[in-house]
Amino acid sequence: MEFQKTKAKLKYKTIGIAGCGGLGSNAAVALARVGIGKLIIADFDKIEESNLNRQYFFFDQIGKYKAPTLLENINRINPDVLVEAHTIKLTSKDVVELYKECDVIVEAFDKAEMKEMIVETVLSEFPAKPIVCGVGLAGWGGNELIKVERYDNLYIVGDHIYETSEDDPPIAPRVGIVANMMANVVLELLLGKDK
Amino acid sequence: MKIILNNREEILNTTKGNLTINELLKLKKFSFTRLVVKINSKLIKRENFDSASFQENDNVEIIHMISGG
Repeated sequence: MEFQKTKAKLKYKTIGIAGCGGLGSNAAVALARVGIGKLIIADFDKIEESNLNRQYFFFDQIGKYKAPTLLENINRINPDVLVEAHTIKLTSKDVVELYKECDVIVEAFDKAEMKEMIVETVLSEFPAKPIVCGVGLAGWGGNELIKVERYDNLYIVGDHIYETSEDDPPIAPRVGIVANMMANVVLELLLGKDK
Repeated sequence: MKIILNNREEILNTTKGNLTINELLKLKKFSFTRLVVKINSKLIKRENFDSASFQENDNVEIIHMISGG
């Protein structure tokens, strides 16, 4: 399909992104570049210097809130994308409220308990809505371990094994791979299979 | 007992006709703390891990959530 045609289709789609860290910021930028119509992004946190090893922010943005700053960065890449940015620590109730109109939800939290919360919420409240979730992205290498596993409308992207820790931190290449694979799953869901 | 566990066929070493989620976690030595569990596509909440059960040929999903993002 020609790029203009995919763009025309994506223009009417809304994606919810929960978390604007390594997964969320990179997945959002990928979707913005291909011309998604609307992104609803949420994060409670501020940008720290330690985030710059993987997150789509700049040195002069340290100290700012992530969600509105990601909106700014997306605007600089593709001003046609409508971005709704929320500085909020999402609860189950907020997930239902903010993401009810979305075509697909992208889970991009850091903490396992938050991942569990949003997956349970979406599976019970919106069983027909696809959710794409990032699980296992710590460290470097192991490209061949990164995969997509499907369970009905739940898509798990990552190595499914390696949890982040001080000894195994999240860093740009692997986090970026998983984030872009998640965006790629979103495109497949919206446009149908291409490959 | 033969079930589908996480999209793959799995033979469980048990003589019971029914197993609960907690029994399965113990049997498989799964020690993850954050889990999303489904039996035949139905979400099972943590408070029901001791009561929700499955049997031969059921489709069980135990998806573990780990930190990183």
